[in-house]
Amino acid sequence: MLAIKKKVKVAKNSRLAPDIYSIWLEAGDIARYALPGQFVSLYCRDGSRLLPRPISICETDRDMGVIRLVYRVVGKGTKELAGLAASDYVELMGPLGRGFVPEGKKAMLVGGGIGIPPMLELAKQLSCEKQIVLGYRDVTFLDNEFYPYGKVYISTEDGSVGAKGNVIDAIKANKLEADIIYACGPTPMLRGIKEYAEKMGIRAQLSLEERMACGVGACLGCVCKSTYTDSHSHVNNKRICKDGPVFYAEEVEL
Amino acid sequence: MNTSVTIAGVRFKNPVTTASGTFGSGMEYADFVDLSRLGAVTTKGVASRPWEGNSTPRVAETYGGMLNAIGLQNPGVDVFIERDLPFLKKYDTRIIVNVVGKTIEDYCEVVERLADCDVDMLEINISCPNVKEGGIAFGQSAASVEHITREIKKRARQPVIMKLSPNVTDISEMAKAAEAAGADALSLINTITGMKIDVARRSFVLANKTGGLSGPAIKPIAVRMVYQVANAVKLPIIGMGGIKDAEDALEFIMAGATMVAVGTANFFNPYATVEIIEGIEKYMADNGIDDINDLIACVK
Repeated sequence: MLAIKKKVKVAKNSRLAPDIYSIWLEAGDIARYALPGQFVSLYCRDGSRLLPRPISICETDRDMGVIRLVYRVVGKGTKELAGLAASDYVELMGPLGRGFVPEGKKAMLVGGGIGIPPMLELAKQLSCEKQIVLGYRDVTFLDNEFYPYGKVYISTEDGSVGAKGNVIDAIKANKLEADIIYACGPTPMLRGIKEYAEKMGIRAQLSLEERMACGVGACLGCVCKSTYTDSHSHVNNKRICKDGPVFYAEEVEL
Repeated sequence: MNTSVTIAGVRFKNPVTTASGTFGSGMEYADFVDLSRLGAVTTKGVASRPWEGNSTPRVAETYGGMLNAIGLQNPGVDVFIERDLPFLKKYDTRIIVNVVGKTIEDYCEVVERLADCDVDMLEINISCPNVKEGGIAFGQSAASVEHITREIKKRARQPVIMKLSPNVTDISEMAKAAEAAGADALSLINTITGMKIDVARRSFVLANKTGGLSGPAIKPIAVRMVYQVANAVKLPIIGMGGIKDAEDALEFIMAGATMVAVGTANFFNPYATVEIIEGIEKYMADNGIDDINDLIACVK
């Protein structure tokens, strides 16, 4: 589906953990056509904050026509979003970008911090064997919602829950094997996953993030380095918002 | 009602185009607006060969505006001619190609490559603040504006618009220099050089340290400069800088712009261009204005 921009109604907005919120939006067709790993852009009401906030889709309910976003409050824009209540409206554009491509027989889904939410819809939709690795700094969120879809492994930096360390430590500690890794999280984590996947000879799809402006591939603000000359840009840059956010590990340099 | 305007013999169905760099070659926004509704599409800067652009982060939001330091990433003139131009030709709109270079020879190479192409006008970018060579380096003294304009005019087959920078002491001096060297039109303003610091990380937000400020925050400066230049030269002006709705566009037209360009607004409203055209038409209908040309520079 082509992306559209429209005003949508908030169905529910609640707090999951300190600074982590979950919002359900009555997005209609956007909910029906969005794929795991795609994102939407949310617009602030305050005209002094111009640019859309790109947020990955955590869950969709096609029958109800609703989408769920789980986001971290990091600045004034996301703070405004956290203040929305049921029946409020928010402007939204989507679905945007290219999501995850289902493949393989045994998958590892790896989410780090605010990269965890998009793994939930992916976990729901993949029909193969799934191992889910979730990395947190300290306080966990959403982890309980993954249990119906596969075996869940957790890492925390302070060791308060699961393996002490990062997601790679959890993967190694549990000797996990897979023929495909799907990952979303901070760049250092993705770099680690890319190296690990290359060493183990596992295919990996990585969801990247960068500061964006237009969200539709026009402004060239959110590029990443590509391994080879990109067929659209004709240089070694790919647009994260349009060509991604999901790339095969071998396509990008991190 | 007449909304058409003419610049250097080129007729535009309405006075609204896009600001270079905010609209690609139109492909991405064709999903949102009918490009045939636009007076013209002004393309992202085109160089003689592909340019990588700057490191990321390349963009940052600021109060009522944004900073960018893309660094003129573009696929080069060959790809532009083979891929982007045929795409644009499918639409009933004028095509203004923005031209960039690191040296005068670079600019001239692009201008010569476009000489036999079906494009309506060339806009010469001598005002980008985000590249180490070229761009603004040619736009900050009257002598260099005059020199590059003359070199390009020798080779260009299409009418030439010189795009001016606001990062100068007196923009009307640059405008006069371009006029003296034979420019057919002027566009202004490009972005204003700015900076943002991340206090949590104690570092610059942009990898390039500085970037060009655009968006509603800069509009009053742009309107003032359009007025100033309109009173200094006879050349037609394409006005831009923070236009987000029809009222903003009309301010520029009344200050002296023959056309306007919509830039950063595309990022927060992908329908902005067409909404502005409709808003201008409504203003004309509501106020009994039969010809848009009657509004140009009507505020003295």
